[in-house]
Amino acid sequence: MLSKLFLNHYEAVAVILFGIGMTNLLLQRNLIKKIIGLNIMDTAVYLFLAAKGYVAGREAPILIEDGAGGWLTSSALYVNPVPAGLVLTGIVVSVSVTAFSLSLALKLYENYGTLNIDEALLKMTEEQVELETRIEQAEEDVLGD
Amino acid sequence: MINLLAFNIPFISIFVLMITAFITPLLPLKKRLPEKFSCCVIGFTAILSLYLLYSLTNSGQSLTFNFPMGHFPAPWGNELRAGPLEAVLSFFFCAAMFLSLTGNFSSTAEDISPARRQIFCVLVNLLTASLLALTYTNDLFTAYVFIEINTIAACAIVVVKEGASTVRAALRYLIMSLVGSGLVMIAICLLYDLTGHLLMQNMHGAIKVLMITKEYTMPLTVSLALITVGLGIKSALYPFASWLPDAHGTSTNASSAILSGLVLKGHIFALIKIYYRVFGLDVIHFLRMDTVIFILGIIAMIMGSIHALKQSNIKRMIAWSSVAQVGYIFLGIGLNTAAGIAAACLHIIVHACVKPMLFTAAGGLSTAAGHKKNLHALMGTFYINRWAGLGLIAGACSMMGIPAFAGFASKLSLTLASFDNPFIVWALAALAASSVLNALYYVPAVIVILTKNKDAVLETHEQPTLLYKISMFVFLALNFYLGLFCMPLLRLITRGVNVL
Repeated sequence: MLSKLFLNHYEAVAVILFGIGMTNLLLQRNLIKKIIGLNIMDTAVYLFLAAKGYVAGREAPILIEDGAGGWLTSSALYVNPVPAGLVLTGIVVSVSVTAFSLSLALKLYENYGTLNIDEALLKMTEEQVELETRIEQAEEDVLGD
Repeated sequence: MINLLAFNIPFISIFVLMITAFITPLLPLKKRLPEKFSCCVIGFTAILSLYLLYSLTNSGQSLTFNFPMGHFPAPWGNELRAGPLEAVLSFFFCAAMFLSLTGNFSSTAEDISPARRQIFCVLVNLLTASLLALTYTNDLFTAYVFIEINTIAACAIVVVKEGASTVRAALRYLIMSLVGSGLVMIAICLLYDLTGHLLMQNMHGAIKVLMITKEYTMPLTVSLALITVGLGIKSALYPFASWLPDAHGTSTNASSAILSGLVLKGHIFALIKIYYRVFGLDVIHFLRMDTVIFILGIIAMIMGSIHALKQSNIKRMIAWSSVAQVGYIFLGIGLNTAAGIAAACLHIIVHACVKPMLFTAAGGLSTAAGHKKNLHALMGTFYINRWAGLGLIAGACSMMGIPAFAGFASKLSLTLASFDNPFIVWALAALAASSVLNALYYVPAVIVILTKNKDAVLETHEQPTLLYKISMFVFLALNFYLGLFCMPLLRLITRGVNVL
């Protein structure tokens, strides 16, 4: 078991990084740290894909000239291009998601003055309690008149 | 052989919606043109899906076809796939989306400023496109990309209503969704490594070989579990549903209707496709995932309703009831038979029609009560907005499973499907208990709106608009159609599941 882990050390590291990223995303209280966790998680997946796509001793999947005006088209010469394509797509997705979550984090900070969601919840309940007492006060005033 | 127009419909409907998302910001804001335009386009895609369904069922032997995307043939290129089940679901998704938008046309204007409404249209179009893409895709990585587009659009339609609470709700939703999509992504990468393919049928072939040689059972189990948890988080399966009531309760009525009725369903259908088309039911059974899903479904049915009982805000109550309804669907998937999956698909359709109706009705009632969402404040609102009142009553009856209402049909088919299962007693007990629990919180809500409020004079007497009445009428008609004449639909779904 351990020897297999050693043989696939890139993948093992990628999975460990994925775990670190996901734990950060779930358990960190600060939103910026959460978003950093998200990026670690995504990057771990790219490492995993890149490690899986690479075949030792082969070229990047760009056609090589054969010297006689043609191209070397044998698939045995090149590494698998699909994981690279998946990584590129994944990067695009990750960038947009990061931008979106950062903008939401900014909005939260503008509204509550904190980057911690739980604190924001507490502040909101305080605000609600205040609002409710004010409404009750107003109703009592109306009844009193 | 299917005709050329029908052959292109899966691609056209996704593409048209995507293009509309780009066009709407260019339209003038006058007379709410962007909203009307995107409603029309969504309605148009619904009609296209119906035509696709018509030509698929009348095409002779082959009920399904694969649509190649780009110029690479099958094992390498990207594909869409359409069959009766996909066509039915995309029709109901588009129709429910259309009705949610038209039904809440005036409440959207109250909640969202004109400039933001334009962005709202972009998001709704993207959301519909991603739902259709999730329904039609035959490629697992494309499914992942559209899951992410779906996530961004879904979180953004929560936050489009200005206010501090929506930002907080959207952030919670976003973080949980991102955890889910991260898990789905690594699971897809694992599956790609194990099988060497991204197209569903090729993956299925490779997994069959792996099962025969008994190789890599552990990584296969891990990837299946990761996909289930990832999509479970996104479709609000009970232990992972903590984000749902905030997101669905605070957003504007149209967003709540869309999120509850459609966004959850898109992910569930993606999961069904992965179970049925990538792994195959025998592999799911061998890896014991059906039992896990079955138990989680039962827990969700009970716990969702128990949480709904505690709510005093009507929108949060309806939101928690969605968690229970998602439990029904997962129960159907957990039965792990074609009949169970067909029942689950029927419940997806039923819930996609009933839940937007309930949210639209709740929105109309709270407008009638002067924008209060507390259950007590809704007393007597039935007599101000009768259409909304009828909607809530019909929706409540449907959720409880009263015969002739939509919920009855799907509950009946779930019960019939569970007869083959060794755990039938558990399934029946959970169905019965959940129906009673549904009644416990829906009946008081109905009684409250029907009780005449003599003491207080209600502040507003806003009459519902004609558009609201028409949408509610169509919702009610759909509800009764599904309740009374569901057998042809169920036969169609079963045919679709058999060729899935």
